[in-house]
Amino acid sequence: MSEAKPVGGKVFTGPFLFFLVITLIGIYFLAKRFMFGIGAVTNMNDGFPWGIWITYDVVVGTAFACGGYSMALLVYVFNNGEYHPLVRPALLASMFGYTLAGVSVFIDIGRYWQIYNVFLPWYTNFNSILLEVALCIAAYIAVLWIEFSPAFLESKTGTKSKVNKLLIFFIALGILLPTMHQSSLGSLMILAGHKLSPLWWSPALPLIFLISAITMGYTVVIFESTLSSFGFKRPLETSILAKLSLVIPILLVIFLVVRFGDLLMRGQLGLAFSGNLQGNMFLLENILHILPLVILASAKNRKSAKMLFLSACFLMFGGLLFRFNTYLIGFDPGAGWHYFPAIGEQFITYAIISAEILLYMVFVKKLPVLPGQEQARA
Amino acid sequence: MRCRESEFDKIPGGVSRRDFLKVCTATAVYMGLPASLGPKIAEAATTAKKRPPVIWLSAQECTGCVETLLRATHPTVEHLILDLISLDYSETLNTGAGHQAEEFRAKSIEENKGKFILVCDGSIPVKDGGIYCKIAGKPVLEILKETAPKAAAVISLGSCASWGGVPSADPNPTGATPVYKILEGTGIPIINIPGCPPNGYNFLSTVLYYVTFKKLPELDDKLRPKFAYGRLIHENCERRPHFDAGRFAEQFGDEGHRNGYCLYKLGCKGPETFNNCSTLRFNDMGTWPVNTGHPCFGCSEEGVGFNIPLHTPAEVKNVTPAAVQTPINVDHGGGMSAGAVALAAGVAGAAVGAGAVAIKKIDQEDKNQD
Amino acid sequence: MKIKRRDFLKGAAGCGVLAAVGQPTFAEAKKKERLPGALGFLYDSTLCIGCQACMVGCKKANNMPVESSDLLPIWENPRDLSAKTLNVIKKFESGTGLNKDQETDGFAYVKRQCMHCVDPGCVSACPVSAMRKNPDTGVVTYNKDACIGCRYCQIACPFNIPKFQWDSAFPQIVKCQLCSHLLPKGEIAACCSFCPTGASLFGPTNELMAEAKRRQQMEPGKYYDFPVSSIDSGKIFSQKAASYVPQIYGENAVGGTQVLMLAGVPFSKLGLPELPEKSYASTAESIQHTLYKGMIAPIVVLAGLFYFVNRSQRDKD
Repeated sequence: MSEAKPVGGKVFTGPFLFFLVITLIGIYFLAKRFMFGIGAVTNMNDGFPWGIWITYDVVVGTAFACGGYSMALLVYVFNNGEYHPLVRPALLASMFGYTLAGVSVFIDIGRYWQIYNVFLPWYTNFNSILLEVALCIAAYIAVLWIEFSPAFLESKTGTKSKVNKLLIFFIALGILLPTMHQSSLGSLMILAGHKLSPLWWSPALPLIFLISAITMGYTVVIFESTLSSFGFKRPLETSILAKLSLVIPILLVIFLVVRFGDLLMRGQLGLAFSGNLQGNMFLLENILHILPLVILASAKNRKSAKMLFLSACFLMFGGLLFRFNTYLIGFDPGAGWHYFPAIGEQFITYAIISAEILLYMVFVKKLPVLPGQEQARA
Repeated sequence: MRCRESEFDKIPGGVSRRDFLKVCTATAVYMGLPASLGPKIAEAATTAKKRPPVIWLSAQECTGCVETLLRATHPTVEHLILDLISLDYSETLNTGAGHQAEEFRAKSIEENKGKFILVCDGSIPVKDGGIYCKIAGKPVLEILKETAPKAAAVISLGSCASWGGVPSADPNPTGATPVYKILEGTGIPIINIPGCPPNGYNFLSTVLYYVTFKKLPELDDKLRPKFAYGRLIHENCERRPHFDAGRFAEQFGDEGHRNGYCLYKLGCKGPETFNNCSTLRFNDMGTWPVNTGHPCFGCSEEGVGFNIPLHTPAEVKNVTPAAVQTPINVDHGGGMSAGAVALAAGVAGAAVGAGAVAIKKIDQEDKNQD
Repeated sequence: MKIKRRDFLKGAAGCGVLAAVGQPTFAEAKKKERLPGALGFLYDSTLCIGCQACMVGCKKANNMPVESSDLLPIWENPRDLSAKTLNVIKKFESGTGLNKDQETDGFAYVKRQCMHCVDPGCVSACPVSAMRKNPDTGVVTYNKDACIGCRYCQIACPFNIPKFQWDSAFPQIVKCQLCSHLLPKGEIAACCSFCPTGASLFGPTNELMAEAKRRQQMEPGKYYDFPVSSIDSGKIFSQKAASYVPQIYGENAVGGTQVLMLAGVPFSKLGLPELPEKSYASTAESIQHTLYKGMIAPIVVLAGLFYFVNRSQRDKD
């Protein structure tokens, strides 16, 4: 493996245009949302004040964007320089994930023109978990751009800038901030109280969310690395991913022990077998956590690109479902309230995902992100 | 038709056939009978071989009941009431007086035993042997007890006769008692037509019903004809929409009062008084207390009028929820639409498909690399 | 490169700090008590006749638009609380629905609006202090100039009270603020001043609590005096006491509320949730405050992380 280099190649490819069209459709609905209000394009209501924009774009989106955080934890805290080549692509994905989560928040909140109130000391509410999440995410977005800045500099100057003490501080901050807000994304739903099913409501939510977020980070690194190798016709990085993937079963065991230990202690595990939507979704969510654990427990499977990718898919869906369950499916504000995302609402989310993919494609082609290859394949 | 018209010439007082039918039809309507029964009532009223004899006893009363009946401004009612029935004895209306009247009463009672209608207005004092109301030196209690068993039916006219009324108000010095209590257990049919005064048409309608169908109208558990006392005044009150919308007069003369808002907070007893004042009204000119701006005081309702202070709010009866009132759990919509579900399912399917294709290709790639 | 044992242990130690942070000791937050000057009202379902005067009064006092629903196309007929309706009377019906305040074959009314919690979830949730609890009266108020429209208050409210103007390009949250704009003028909440029967009775919560307890001692069917409008109005309405369920809703629910309720049918039938005595806000805050007290833990962790990152960079160079 060598230093990161731009992939190069044409920007306007078929997939690029496809995602561009989806982004444009999303922009149409976005215009509608800003002209006629959130109700004009979404199915959100007073029972379900948070829909997929918060659940997917922010909660799931930032969890999927934990690659940078997880890799930094591994490389810097556990001192494994070996994985360094994976840091920068992960960081890029994180940067987009978080930036677009920030954009989603701006779209989602009703009084967006007052969003700066969050930073005004006289409006500060130190009891608010959401304030902590908002400030942490805002700070982390800034930190990510700073952390990623060497890539810009390299592309401009062609030389690798020296990592100075200031950047080290930001890297450290870049590990602290996600620890804080990823756990707090769990704490957020403690206030939902009886409205959230006991299968998910727990004082341990912050811990469970944190473990899940770190797991998601490694999963996403495997997923993205595999997919970008495939997409940009580069050799698979199976050997390094195989080593990395050992972390996942360990984290999954911790996750499942905490998750089920908490449920047993609160005596609510029985609800899982009630046969209703919530119970079934809980079972599915946990099957999607147990399957990758079983697959990745075997060293042979860890060396198979297919099995790695398959477990990554399971786990990403599992993590997604866990967050959907906590924020939407397990949330029941009372009889008569229903929510299913409207078409416009969905399109805005798809547009955000598309925009993320578009930007990723442009960035890896133009900036030194992916590890350089001795011999580029045709 | 001319010859039919001539039948009505027999009716003294020069009532035209047209006017008479109008009254009879109106009567039918008051009782909730089909208007087509009007001619039948007219026929019954005019062709009855002998007009039903009526003995009218007055006990502790103010004569208001008789006055309201007579002063109904509908031009022909007084004639009808006097000509439909054979009013054989009435202290207010008797031409004769003293022994002559008393003798005629006794004679009529004997002659019409089991056929006459006994109308009684005023409550019956029972304290001290009933000495507080005597007619011809005889306590009215005794007269009633003698007379009633010979009557076909007893009509207690007015609140005093129906449930005690003013004389029975606390501390009730004379032991004023309603007629139905005096006659309890005698098996004599009793009809109460309470009110202070009762609406003359309620009385007239009851009598005409009896004349027409030879039976008493349907009564409620307080022996009141259902056609007149079946509903709360509140239910058909013209101010009811204000009640439903929460617009109340708070004080006499305030903005709400001047705007004609609901008088409930001023103590209107409409919500607990069963009567048809709000639809039938008085004096043939559509007036009644509530439309003059005064709350109903529940004169016709036992335990309300003369019992509960004038401006104490009523205990609202029949507060069962309206159909339009919103239930505890309402459906707020926001559910799935086919398009949204199809879109989400399509995207999820595409993601799964893409994943499957990717896995297949990765597998190939992996093998190629090895 | 293999993970060196020494490095692994160091890393694990670092994680230990994080884990310690992640494992809150649940330092019990002090239970918030009712403010001595707490204002609220007592809603007595057994006195309510469903006339909806309070709803009209509320709209008038708060200048709210009319809302007609599809229940029947009449001019004002909200189905539930909404961005246009701060206060609503709902009906409970069962079986024949003929007997007032009876669970079977009966009916009952319930009034829904903000409960003005002692420890409000919305106030705890709001990142910009747009929801505030008045330090004197304890009334929970909303400030649109602070609000960013995040709607976390809606998630956090156990009673689903705050409503959002979904169809506005410049939306606000709307909720009952106990007619805060009328109180300084010496007036009372409009729903209470409009209530003809005294079913909604305004007053200081501690006096209302005493009144509620007095009513619970009443013998059903006997006549008692009930104050109307506000507890100190002097207006009295003599009424037969109903048979109350032995619970004052709001006495303990989620740490207590300033609005209290009495009813003749179980509150669960009236759509009021069964809630724990501990407020969700205090659970969340005790976790959050344990983690972030004085920002000590995050700063310690940051220092540790700085050391680790610095070391890893040194190793690399």
